[in-house]
Amino acid sequence: MSLPESPDLTPESGAPTEVAPLGRTTPKPAHELTAAEDRDAADWAGIAASAEFKALLKSKARFIVPTTVFFIVYYFALPVLVGFFPESMTVRVGSVNLAYLFALSQFFMAWAVAFAYTRAAAKWDTASAGLLAKFHAKK
Amino acid sequence: MHPLLAQAAAPVAQSYTPLAMFLAFVAATLVITWWSARRSQGASAYFAAGRRITGWQNGLAVAGDYMSAASFLGIAGMIAFSGYDGFMYSVGFLVAYLTVLLIVAEPLRNAGKYTMADVLAYRLKPRPVRAVASLSTLTVSAFYMVAQMVGAGILVSTLIPALQIPGLTGFATSVICVGILMIVYVVFGGMLATTWVQIIKAILLMSGSAFLSFKVMQHYQFSFTAFFDSLSHITFTGANGQPVTQDFLTPGLKFKNPLEQISLGMALLFGTAGLPHILIRFYTVPDAKTARASVVWAMIIIGLFYIMTTFFGFGAASILGPDFIKAHGGTNMAAPLLAQKLGGEIFFAFISAVAFATILAVVAGLTISASTSFAHDFYTNVLLHGKESRPGQEVRVARITAFVVGAFSIGIAIILGPKVNVAFLVGLAFAVAASANLPAIVFSVFWRRFNTAGAIGSLVMGLGSSIALILVSPVGIFGPKGALFPLENPGIVSIPLGFLGAIVGTLLTREPSSEALFTELTVRANTGLGAEKASEH
Repeated sequence: MSLPESPDLTPESGAPTEVAPLGRTTPKPAHELTAAEDRDAADWAGIAASAEFKALLKSKARFIVPTTVFFIVYYFALPVLVGFFPESMTVRVGSVNLAYLFALSQFFMAWAVAFAYTRAAAKWDTASAGLLAKFHAKK
Repeated sequence: MHPLLAQAAAPVAQSYTPLAMFLAFVAATLVITWWSARRSQGASAYFAAGRRITGWQNGLAVAGDYMSAASFLGIAGMIAFSGYDGFMYSVGFLVAYLTVLLIVAEPLRNAGKYTMADVLAYRLKPRPVRAVASLSTLTVSAFYMVAQMVGAGILVSTLIPALQIPGLTGFATSVICVGILMIVYVVFGGMLATTWVQIIKAILLMSGSAFLSFKVMQHYQFSFTAFFDSLSHITFTGANGQPVTQDFLTPGLKFKNPLEQISLGMALLFGTAGLPHILIRFYTVPDAKTARASVVWAMIIIGLFYIMTTFFGFGAASILGPDFIKAHGGTNMAAPLLAQKLGGEIFFAFISAVAFATILAVVAGLTISASTSFAHDFYTNVLLHGKESRPGQEVRVARITAFVVGAFSIGIAIILGPKVNVAFLVGLAFAVAASANLPAIVFSVFWRRFNTAGAIGSLVMGLGSSIALILVSPVGIFGPKGALFPLENPGIVSIPLGFLGAIVGTLLTREPSSEALFTELTVRANTGLGAEKASEH
């Protein structure tokens, strides 16, 4: 008996025999893979060892570490100054005071950091796309 | 009409306007749930809305998931009574999103599937880690939800007195209505319905707040000088019964101990990035890039909202005065009363409906995060070793859990009643998230040496110390007099303890398998290679 023309051995309705071999020989489609089967989908060690990937990590660390330190310090400066040095923060500036202006500035600080991060991350997207293309990995 | 009849009819008509608006909102959300239920097929659709939510949609949904009634009504009230110190909360709620954006969102999206525990289980021994992470998620969600439900009962029964089942108190009726709606959204509509309820709520909340701020400035002829000048001399009845005049822009009216502020700041800044119901929102988008865009959208919306608390919080203090608010329902009523004063009954009704929508969107988000964690982490991965015994079982278990969690929180909220202090429950949620969840997430993504003992150390230590400290704090079981720990918020002690638990646990044991998988996790987290994709349909 010759092999069926289709390499897919999944049971088919109306097929000549009712007993079809279990399973199929074609690879599963990508969206059906479980995490365990997908584990060897890429050369993890190879990518991690590449100069491009190391440069990407370095570039991320160079931005994220100082920026995180900056926003944490800037944020905690508010309760520290307001709590321990209240006299210096109640100085009037026009109709408001320094404490209110500093609190308000936190909103603009947060937006500015988010904007800077988005700009930097766009570059990392390009770098990681190039990296994946080089390793012929499907994303 | 006879003048007497008109007078008699007026209050009745007034009290039905909020009910009508609330019913309109309920009808709209039920249509969404029906539509979502027809579209949802399979686990990724139920737990993650098929990963097809766009950046701006998820941004609105994150904002809707995050800004609870405690934010809207609570902060407005706190500013109206304590001025500047209330505004300090507003600042922390936004800056906290920088931690989410810079450290957590993208690695989480790239390396996980449905829950926070997915990222931990990637390198570590999955069963113990998932069991403890699920316990922490359920604890955070349960406490936060009971707080929201009690708040819902008090608010809805005050705002919409017409909503009452005969034989029950207004409080119990409100809790049951909110609970049933939340169960319906989550059980039938899953993540897709929850997302759209949150999006609509965010839009309603932003338009309500913007219009309220506009009316406040109109009251001052759009002069910022006149508005801020009015805040420098607000008169209210002090503790001794004598009138007191205060500058409401001066810090220190509420927080006497500076450490309290710092501790609260720590819980907000590090807790938001560990709140399970916020983290699971990043699985609903197609990739890490969209997750990033959605945090930025959320930051724009959340920032604008909290800046507006300046206008309606301080506005309530200067236009109504703390004494008037105290005499008409207390702190939580500041924003609705201001709406009534500046925009009449229709605007009061609208703001009441917004408050109701706000509560519903948050409790639905909490319910889905609790049921996802129970079904995916505990049931499938701990009890069944990661294999469904029947297809679709995980979703079925999640639906049943959502029902049980909902029924449980209705019951607890009614038993606790309107008198319970809910502030400590919310504080606890943030403290547990910051002390237990964040160290585990951060170390598993960034520290090669990190292992299972470290993750369990952080989760157990963070969870245990937060609960223990809050129980003996001034808002805990012994009250302000007998408190053993002086601060209402335990973050300043429990967060370092959580990190310490992680470090000690890690250094005491060696786990070569975890170190070996670190390379793979780093590549995945930083490139998105092999990340879960959006569904095709």
